[in-house]
Amino acid sequence: MSAPKILFKDIDEPDLNTLQVYEQRGGYEALKRALKMERGEVIEEISKSGLRGRGGAGFPTGRKASFLPHGEMAKYLVCNADESEPGTFKDRELMQKSPHMLIEGIAIATYGAEIASAFIYIRGEYEYQADILEAAIAEAYDAGYLGERILGSEHSVSLVLHRGAGAYICGEETGLLDSLEGKRGNPRLKPPFPAIEGLYAGPTLINNVETLSTIPHIIRMGGDDYAKLGVENSAGTKLISISGDVQRPGNYEIELGMSSRDIIYGLAGGPKPGREVKLWFPGGSSSPVLTKDDLDVAYDFDTLAKAGTMLGSGAIIVVDDTHRVLDVALKLAKFYAHESCGKCVPCREGTNWTLKMLQRIERGEATPMDLDIMASVQTQIIGNCLCVLGDAMAMPIGSMVKKFRAELEAEIEAARDRAGAGPLSEVVALGVADEHAGPIPVH
Amino acid sequence: MSRAVPRFGHGSRVPGWDEAADLSKDPATIPDPALTPVPESLRTGIETAMAKYPNRRSAAIPALHLAQQEHGWCSPEAITQVACVMRLTPAYLTSVASFYDMFNLQPKPQHDVFVCTNISCSLLGADEFFEAMIAAAQGEDVDVRSFECLGACDIGPMASVDGAYVGPLEIEDAGRIIDDINAGREVLPDKQLRYRKCADPGVTAEATE
Repeated sequence: MSAPKILFKDIDEPDLNTLQVYEQRGGYEALKRALKMERGEVIEEISKSGLRGRGGAGFPTGRKASFLPHGEMAKYLVCNADESEPGTFKDRELMQKSPHMLIEGIAIATYGAEIASAFIYIRGEYEYQADILEAAIAEAYDAGYLGERILGSEHSVSLVLHRGAGAYICGEETGLLDSLEGKRGNPRLKPPFPAIEGLYAGPTLINNVETLSTIPHIIRMGGDDYAKLGVENSAGTKLISISGDVQRPGNYEIELGMSSRDIIYGLAGGPKPGREVKLWFPGGSSSPVLTKDDLDVAYDFDTLAKAGTMLGSGAIIVVDDTHRVLDVALKLAKFYAHESCGKCVPCREGTNWTLKMLQRIERGEATPMDLDIMASVQTQIIGNCLCVLGDAMAMPIGSMVKKFRAELEAEIEAARDRAGAGPLSEVVALGVADEHAGPIPVH
Repeated sequence: MSRAVPRFGHGSRVPGWDEAADLSKDPATIPDPALTPVPESLRTGIETAMAKYPNRRSAAIPALHLAQQEHGWCSPEAITQVACVMRLTPAYLTSVASFYDMFNLQPKPQHDVFVCTNISCSLLGADEFFEAMIAAAQGEDVDVRSFECLGACDIGPMASVDGAYVGPLEIEDAGRIIDDINAGREVLPDKQLRYRKCADPGVTAEATE
């Protein structure tokens, strides 16, 4: 009774990464079918399927493709295989085990959007997966699924695998484009959006690995049938990466709309016996956290948005009750401060000051007022930068301060005790007594 | 010889931001091909990479990867050679190399162990493993670094040993990793990610049908 397997149907088939086995399993049939359709019909099928981007933003894929100008010009398709969002590892499994599915998706998408040049930007750390993809691309060229006049049609497309070199920011679409152009991976000001002006200033379609890998199945099943899977506004199946404090971490293919409790406890086995879920990230480390009270939310785009968080990349990270919220927040802040590219002030400074304030708590130098300052720093980051890296720290940290304030205050008090910083009551009293004293002096 | 990933207090990824620039020096220009010997394999590799893109500049990262393989690190000599073949300035390539974590602008040991210490792995004890790995690598030709999420949280705590993903790791695996590297054999074959089956039970059920 498990969800229908679409992307993961034959995933553990031995040698599925080779063209021969992939073809035996019905591979490249969808491409042949698509090439017999009109270009516009291909995009129409994708739109009808209701497929939303699987990389994190959840933008309708068909609509994104329809933004590209028509006609013959230098247009590009870039597959985002940077997958650096902490907790996410679904694309890795897809590329390693079924690289031809991605290549077929790219061939179909480039046909639909009339694109002649495609790139896969894979993160540099995925060396093994990149080697597999490279071999698969060579096979696809030899078999005529890529290159000039694919399968005797009018459509020609080149595909180049580009390896990154280790930078979280290159998962951001415009940072990725700069990196692909051979620059430092700094995000660009939007608009113009990549669909209008992207790679080499040409119209560019950027899609995630999972999104593109789904396209052959949409052509095979028909957009209407694909749309029947899942729930309203969240059509289809989704690969979920579950990690952290669960007994069976890994990738699972679910039908959207499944209960989160069934995912975390049913599929992944929940935390170890005797432990309980304390908090969980529903969509990668950038999503606002949920608590054990939210376990029954349905796992789909709209329900999670209503719960104040997001589906993101579909990466669930579970933290059980043996861990301190402060440690989780520190880890996150440290990571985002390191990965901030430094281009925008709110992100560059905000991530650093958040980290410093969390370290103050740890050293016993903080007061509860620091939590308010920290919360205000987060609101000043959100929406004020060129890209969402700053938001990606601000949203989870902000939600932790809000939802676990009591624990953090207790943490502050305990750390002050350990550091011999004196009781909090005296410090706060001083601040209240003299409202012009400015920030409360510590020590 | 091992060290942690350098983290820059001011938050950007620019090493040497507080080092004074030598203003008396002229800016380095594109190296003269006649005066810059470049190993033939490196030159061919970079030229092949440049041919793949509409704009040769796009090959900067692939070219730096090749140069780092050739020289062991992105030494000034390596950067100059890439600059010579790509017809770019060394300064431009240094700015690119300094942005990305996988390029080393300092000499480093031959082997790499990237230990993921991000959120999922650290919940499962990655920080302790990282300490153990550093201790085990003392005096070895291995560079141990804590790294951003490597995208393998299902096998956390995990590490990438010269590009091969291994996990879930326990403290005692640190010594085994060093032994395997020194013996030149596959690292922790029983814990290699590449052999791992998909966790989804629906997949296994259908595969055995």
